[in-house]
Amino acid sequence: MTETTTAADRPVVIRRLWKSYGSNEVLKGISLSVERGEVVAIIGPSGSGKSTLLQCINFMEPFDDGEVLIDGRPIGLIQTSGGTRTRMPEKDLNTLRREIGIVFQQYNLFPHLTVLANIIEAPVHVLGLPRAEAIERARFQLKKVGLHGKEDAYPGELSGGQQQRVAIARALAMQPKVMLFDEVTSALDPELVGEVLATMRTLAEEGMTMIVVTHEMAFARDVADRVIFMDGGMIVEAGDPKEFFSNPQHERSKAFLKRLLSNGEDTKDAA
Amino acid sequence: MDFQFDIFIAAIPSLLRGAVVTAGLALVSICFGAVIGIIGGVCRISRNPVLRYGALVYVTIMRGVPLLVTLMFLYYGLPSAGILLEPFTVAIIALSAVNGAYVTEIVRAGIQSIDPGQMRAARSLGMSYSQAMRRIILPQAIRRVLPPITNESLTLVKNTALVSTITISDLLRSGLEVMTWKANTFSPFAGVALIYLLMTLPLVWLNSVLEKRYRMR
Repeated sequence: MTETTTAADRPVVIRRLWKSYGSNEVLKGISLSVERGEVVAIIGPSGSGKSTLLQCINFMEPFDDGEVLIDGRPIGLIQTSGGTRTRMPEKDLNTLRREIGIVFQQYNLFPHLTVLANIIEAPVHVLGLPRAEAIERARFQLKKVGLHGKEDAYPGELSGGQQQRVAIARALAMQPKVMLFDEVTSALDPELVGEVLATMRTLAEEGMTMIVVTHEMAFARDVADRVIFMDGGMIVEAGDPKEFFSNPQHERSKAFLKRLLSNGEDTKDAA
Repeated sequence: MDFQFDIFIAAIPSLLRGAVVTAGLALVSICFGAVIGIIGGVCRISRNPVLRYGALVYVTIMRGVPLLVTLMFLYYGLPSAGILLEPFTVAIIALSAVNGAYVTEIVRAGIQSIDPGQMRAARSLGMSYSQAMRRIILPQAIRRVLPPITNESLTLVKNTALVSTITISDLLRSGLEVMTWKANTFSPFAGVALIYLLMTLPLVWLNSVLEKRYRMR
């Protein structure tokens, strides 16, 4: 009973999550609880399942077994009266997804809409906010990500870094309980990475709950409250970032960090 | 060559009356075809097998049977099954259905050309599938397929000439009537050809206006 009470206090609780593509198991019983205001960085080699884990949290990637709770409410699979589990009605899923902001590697802004229209799209048509209120919200978020004045630009007219910050503003405009970042700087030119990380750092300081899949080790070390190291679909090691980076416990974590150090900046491109 | 200017001029009023019929049929069928095509295109990629296969069967039939045969079947064939349709009804059904089938395939290809990340982003914001399709995917897909849809519309304008076989006094039939009446073949057909050509120009113009306006920035 106490466990469910605490789960309701946490924005995200993941329990024994399993997922496979055919015979390829990508998640093998992942469990992870995220506290309100906590910033969790998930790192690990390519194919370790970290992006899949992120996509499972809003059930864009359906998981096979286990559960994900958003503010204590299960998302994705529900218990039927027969005892088996089935996909929840799309309507309920859509409602839960409003609470989860996600930012993608490829930005995925809507190219036919202006920056402002991108941001107010979901608040107006999903939340049903009055247009004026949504616009006010959008302007506030745009200012926050440092793009005040870009309301009427189209995504294609912006740099990658600016597009990614619009994507962050778009997710924030839904006022989500948690923000998921899926390798959001991996597609950016190196000189544009900083502005996006700075925006994320501000968000973290403001107390947003964040789960960040990243190759930016400096960001993980300096901004995250906790680092999760994943490999082979499992959480190999988790803990305080400073401790993890200076004194990794597990052999695989050591090997991973050693590889990063020897490759230096090249690791990002290789991953 | 027996081009006679006076016959050419005398034919114009009658040809224009036919042209109005042709333009009307084309316009209505282009609009119906667009509606059918958008719905059909979405059905073609639906997860619902009834919609998916239903749309496939429709497209296969309408693209596989000659339009002239469809017109004849509906107008001359169906009455023997007790179904009597007005020539205009037959013309609009057949033209819209054929146009709709081609547009269905164009729209399907357009939807599938949109980055799947667009759907993922829309759904992640809490939109339903149909909301995401209507507000995010289709507007982008349709902009992308405007040129092939224009092509189809031009084909349709010219294909309307086939309705002259089911007693409709369209542009071609008006030309044929002038030919009989004035005992001159060259002049009326020169007028008919010219008017068909002129009727396609607004569509070409409309396409370029829309393409400019909806250019992806």
